[in-house]
Amino acid sequence: MEWIQQLVNGISVGSIYALIALGYTMVYGIIKLINFAHGDVFMLGAFIGFFAITRWDVGFLPALIISMVLCAIIGVIIERVAYKRLRSATRIAALITAIGVSFLIEYTMIFFRGPGLETYPEVLPNTSIDVFGVSVSSKSILILIVTIILMILLQFIVHKTKIGKAMRAVSLDADAARLMGINVDNTISATFAIGSALAGAAGVIFGAYYTRIEPLMGVLPGLKAFIAAVLGGIGNIPGAMVGGLVLGVVETVVSAFGFSLWRDAAAFIILILILILKPSGLFGKNTREKV
Amino acid sequence: MKKSKAFWVYIIFALVIYTIVQVMISGGTLDLYYQNILIQMCINIMLAVSLHIVIGITGQFSIGHAGFMAVGAYFSAIATMNLGLPFFVALIIGAVAAGFAGLLVGIPTLRLKGDYLAIATLGFAEIIRIVFLNIDYVGGAAGMVVTNMTTWTFAFVGVVLTIFVIANFTNSRHGRGAIAIREDEIAADAMGINTTYYKVVAFTIGAIFAGLAGGIYSHNFFIIQPTTFNFLKSFDILIYVVLGGLGSLSGSVIAAIFLTIVSAYLSNFPETRMIIYSLVLILVMLYRPTGLMGTKEITHLFKFGKKGGSKV
Repeated sequence: MEWIQQLVNGISVGSIYALIALGYTMVYGIIKLINFAHGDVFMLGAFIGFFAITRWDVGFLPALIISMVLCAIIGVIIERVAYKRLRSATRIAALITAIGVSFLIEYTMIFFRGPGLETYPEVLPNTSIDVFGVSVSSKSILILIVTIILMILLQFIVHKTKIGKAMRAVSLDADAARLMGINVDNTISATFAIGSALAGAAGVIFGAYYTRIEPLMGVLPGLKAFIAAVLGGIGNIPGAMVGGLVLGVVETVVSAFGFSLWRDAAAFIILILILILKPSGLFGKNTREKV
Repeated sequence: MKKSKAFWVYIIFALVIYTIVQVMISGGTLDLYYQNILIQMCINIMLAVSLHIVIGITGQFSIGHAGFMAVGAYFSAIATMNLGLPFFVALIIGAVAAGFAGLLVGIPTLRLKGDYLAIATLGFAEIIRIVFLNIDYVGGAAGMVVTNMTTWTFAFVGVVLTIFVIANFTNSRHGRGAIAIREDEIAADAMGINTTYYKVVAFTIGAIFAGLAGGIYSHNFFIIQPTTFNFLKSFDILIYVVLGGLGSLSGSVIAAIFLTIVSAYLSNFPETRMIIYSLVLILVMLYRPTGLMGTKEITHLFKFGKKGGSKV
């Protein structure tokens, strides 16, 4: 029975990874850039949620929405200021800029408020619920429900709305999309906004679940979410969800076997195996190399 | 004839710098603080040049260079502290171990390109760090106590050796192959260049000298910890190469010297240092994506000035 508990824990962690991974995968799909700063938007989201809850005394859901809106704005600002000029630059230049933006956000945050920890207030009811004889914490269930709702919302936006259609068109072929009258710049900004909003939501959920947040908290989850995106096939939205869940479960299983110190290594080993064996990921399409 | 003449000019130049600094150290003009900055500068130059061969010459984007530095640091520390070998031998052991690690990491990952390679090297560096974190023989997270053995002589010889080997590599047949890969990998492949071989060779040489720098680094302080060799360290090395110019050896040396001085002045304000570093990185990429020197070397300037001359 303990196994099912571990599995639920793994799925909760995995759903946080999945939310961050969605932003990575959407941005990569549309402009082929690994947005290293994404993990730091996640961190900013956690802090915005924290300040909303402690300063303005709002509940979990309003904090989640405030954080998502502000993170969407931050994401668009990052894109417009730093990445927009690099559309025609080499991939390496864009990647280096992304790393620079990531460090800039982290250390500006540390510069203004110090590197210390903050403890999230108890915003979610923390009781154990018996499900078929297994006690599962209500936090995990709530987080899972919120994550699933956000993912359904994302699927709806991507597949049923006009902006979603534009996003899919731009990621398929930006030049052709421009010829068809799609505003490519706005579509890319919208992608950043949606991805960053999801990262902001993941930040608040992370804070509510683990209760400890700090300015460098985005680094490791950011990298792992990227691994999740690669695992699922980068550029593939359902792939990112599955990749995040798989990674969360694998990490929990490794910890449960008593190798908790090796947990982070497990994620990177998965990454290297997938890159070597099947670089297109579990659900990715094979792309032919063009000259 | 001309090349060997240039070689002796550089050797004499290096000897002059070495002697001046050595005299200043012996004479007491440079106290321990400045000596430490100089040694730190040498280590950073070695790291910058060893990454320059991977990123600047071969065009393979590796952001896990601190991992090889960690291998060199730990293996040489084990050799001196646990096996009681002399420092000189320990440095060689560290460099060889790092080179071996570079070979092991390079063979599978160098098939990847661009972003994927970057992430894979980052992943390997993190795995190396986590392995050292979990081995009690080298002290785990608490770190390993190391005696201070590094002197200005060791550090400077290390720098000269690194620059000498890597400059020669760049001008050799291998270097031309590597540059061809940087310019266009598919075209290089079509021209009959064994791209995988040259990439792995360049990567391994880079790892060897990162390991040498790691060995010198570990014996410069009294303790080494796995956290020292995290992604931040790789980022530090990356910024030397990027700021100096992707493809310019002298550029990465100048950037390493300059940024070591900057970080020494800002050592009490680590956050400010990181903010400046990241801003510099973003601004360089936005306004001068080739770095300050581009692919030019500082010696090109001299050549330009003495267009009619016969020197060099």
